[in-house]
Amino acid sequence: MKNQKCKGMQDLLPGDMLRFRRIEDTFRTCCRSWGYQEARTPTLEYLYLFTATGTLTPGMLSKVYSFLDWDGWSGERVVLRPDGTIPVARLYIDNLSGQESARLSYVTNIFAFEGTGKKNRERWQCGAEFFGGAKFAPDVEIILLAEDVIRKLGIKNVRLQLSHAGLVKALLREFKLSPAEEAKITDRILEGDWETLTRAKSTHPEMERLMAALLGLKGKSSSFLRNVKASFPTASQDFKSSLEDFLSIATLLDNMDCSYEVDIATMHGFEYYTGICFQFVAGGEKIGGGGRYDRLVPLMNGGDVPACGFALYVDPMMRLLPPEKKKGKSGILVKGKELTPEIVKTCFTVAQFLRDAGYLAEIDFAGRAESDYEWVISVSGKKPSRLVLKDCLKKRRREVTSVAEILEVVGEG
Amino acid sequence: MKDHQAGYIKFALPKGRFLSPTASLIAEVDLRFEGYGDKTKQYRLRSARFSSLVAKILREKDIPIEVAVGNYDLGICGSDWIEEYLVKYPAGALMKIASLNYGEGDIHVVGSAQGGITSLNELSARQNDCRVVSEYPNLSEAFALNLRMRRFRIFPVWGAAEVYPPENADLAVLWGRSRAHIAAQGLIPLDKLFPVTAYLVANRESLENKDLSQILMCFDSKLGAGPRTSMEHELVICKELKIPCPLWSAKEINLALPDGHQQAPAAQFLEQAGLTLQGYSEEVVSRRPCVDLDWLGIKVIRPQDMPLQVANGNFDLAITGEDWLREHLCRFPSSPVKKLFGLGFGTVKIVAAVSRDMPVNNIDELRSLVQSGKFAPLKVASEYINIADRYLQDNRINPYKLIPTWGASEAFLPEDADMLVDNTQTGKTLEQHKLRILDVLFQSSACLIANKDSLASSNKKEKIKFLTQKLRAGLKQIENQNAKGKNTK
Repeated sequence: MKNQKCKGMQDLLPGDMLRFRRIEDTFRTCCRSWGYQEARTPTLEYLYLFTATGTLTPGMLSKVYSFLDWDGWSGERVVLRPDGTIPVARLYIDNLSGQESARLSYVTNIFAFEGTGKKNRERWQCGAEFFGGAKFAPDVEIILLAEDVIRKLGIKNVRLQLSHAGLVKALLREFKLSPAEEAKITDRILEGDWETLTRAKSTHPEMERLMAALLGLKGKSSSFLRNVKASFPTASQDFKSSLEDFLSIATLLDNMDCSYEVDIATMHGFEYYTGICFQFVAGGEKIGGGGRYDRLVPLMNGGDVPACGFALYVDPMMRLLPPEKKKGKSGILVKGKELTPEIVKTCFTVAQFLRDAGYLAEIDFAGRAESDYEWVISVSGKKPSRLVLKDCLKKRRREVTSVAEILEVVGEG
Repeated sequence: MKDHQAGYIKFALPKGRFLSPTASLIAEVDLRFEGYGDKTKQYRLRSARFSSLVAKILREKDIPIEVAVGNYDLGICGSDWIEEYLVKYPAGALMKIASLNYGEGDIHVVGSAQGGITSLNELSARQNDCRVVSEYPNLSEAFALNLRMRRFRIFPVWGAAEVYPPENADLAVLWGRSRAHIAAQGLIPLDKLFPVTAYLVANRESLENKDLSQILMCFDSKLGAGPRTSMEHELVICKELKIPCPLWSAKEINLALPDGHQQAPAAQFLEQAGLTLQGYSEEVVSRRPCVDLDWLGIKVIRPQDMPLQVANGNFDLAITGEDWLREHLCRFPSSPVKKLFGLGFGTVKIVAAVSRDMPVNNIDELRSLVQSGKFAPLKVASEYINIADRYLQDNRINPYKLIPTWGASEAFLPEDADMLVDNTQTGKTLEQHKLRILDVLFQSSACLIANKDSLASSNKKEKIKFLTQKLRAGLKQIENQNAKGKNTK
């Protein structure tokens, strides 16, 4: 029987890993320079972290990989981490909650079942979370940090779309639905079904006008939100205060010359968002998203700590990454004329000497193409000159007698 | 699917609760499976009307899985087992074709009159951990997730879910004939999930690629009928139900006793050990027998469920089989359950067996056969899924697939599985099914198991000691009697 990888899982080949590491390295460098410290959470977490209202939606929960661990006789189920933010919030509560604020970043895999097996069930993401801090500024900071990473990676034609969870929830409350109906519609919206909102009958005629403005129009600046505010003076207090919050962030982004689109329907996926929500779209794919989640830490018994964060999705970004400029020949190939114990030993000694001196040295056992390397060192059993150094760029050969001499020539080259 | 059955249409028929109405239906639609009825003793049937139609009688719980994996094209089973499968594997290959409009009762979520939960709203608001016991663990989990229960634990059981609340569970998800039937057991019906109706089900791939039309046409009059609606009036509300409060109070020591085959020998043993029980004999069955020790609480549950229940501290002691203890410890090696001593009755052998047609005599030959690519992956049916898994790994059988069953694994061979790991008392059943024992994994008898923490507890250890000494003395007495009997002979 042929070996097969598990359905929905992916192998990352050397070429993929080069792209993966470019994203990861760029992300880590940016995060460090913005003052975010890297953290890592375990792959297994308890299921109950994700089950309470305000964490993951029932739709997402139905796709988690949950099971009983080897010591799961108590019935406590564990999950393969289905989300990056909730475990980091747990890490913050367990270890860092004494700090007034914490900026944390992480590169992690998350697991979610996908029925067809054609899409990945294991996905990678680079995330950053800001715990504590005042409003508006952290929201803008995480958006600008995410943008910085995307810009440095060279991904073009990226659209930033903004929504606001508080605004959507206030809008829903205007429908005066029963709590059960409201919860049901919220779940549908979070799963991307905005039609459900237009199907829900409003008791107030003003609602239809409001819905048309918010769902039908896509603003490109804070002016749009100001227009909405001016057009609906009778909206509820909840709606107005959420709109005010949205407006403050949009105005700050305008001041920072950050272009965006206000699209209320871009809020989906996570129940824990309470304020601004955003997503980045490129090449028709969502490459990242985030927002403010002020209720999550209190819900997890971590005290009244506001928070916001984002995650960039590595898998679609790998597809959109511009090709790296092709590097010329590099490295040194050390090859033996024959595979005798003496020659192999010399090959290892020479290669290690070069590595210790900071060069990339590879030993050839399988006939690698010499043209891929800058230098090739041939080791033979002959004495006294057992080493031949070939300069693949200048097409020159030279016999050398010691590794020190190799270093001298390579250094000059 | 085996080659020798290629071209056949395979039908999975239920035994148990739906056997009788399904037999009537099969007669009504004229599929002519001779011998399918209450007195049937065979597993395999052939239609006298359609030469290409064969059937096998399976446990209802097994039918959704067997149809989904493609071992059967069609099947009939209850909506409870279908939903239990579909809620976990919605993208699986199990398709509901039509409700057959017979069945009884509903799947209910119940609490206990003494458990302090009287409505669903209380459940979602509840901050504490909620223990849910059920034969339907997937449905229970989906229910808890949909209700946004903050923290819950699901305890799958083989049966008798109704006896667990309030001491050993906060909720149970179980079948009930009616709300009144549930209330009569001292339980509060909190939610009704769906009515239990028999359904005709099919494998998706068979529907797409195989001509099943002649068989489906026989069910013509049944297709398109809506599902059975609950006969009970929906407006009956909880408050109107008279829920008797069972006489129950917390006890210092809790003992679990087995139902089923082990009940009679266990009752006899306890009687000989001088433990006088009321409600635990063959004639009178009570889930909560009474005993003349006021500190001892007793419940009758399935022996399969005991190790897990003892591990969780719901019981301090239990009489179960060594097979079920080993099954539990294979799954949870660090579980705080230990065997105190064997009781000498209910002895069975746990064996690995294959069809006599398979050209192997021992596990080493089987390994070579699987390695050669024949029977790869080896399909192994077992009710001891963790013992079987460990056995196959220890013997380097690779690759293999496990098919969980609910007993009677012999029915799966040779069409639906290549090997079984199951218990046998005399080996006669295996012989009747033309099976060959390849290996005896171990011998199992009834034993007394205990929770390690209870044994160490200063509040409990004296009373446990008293009880175990009593049982040990009884055991000694029986052994002496047996020895005398032998000598006399």
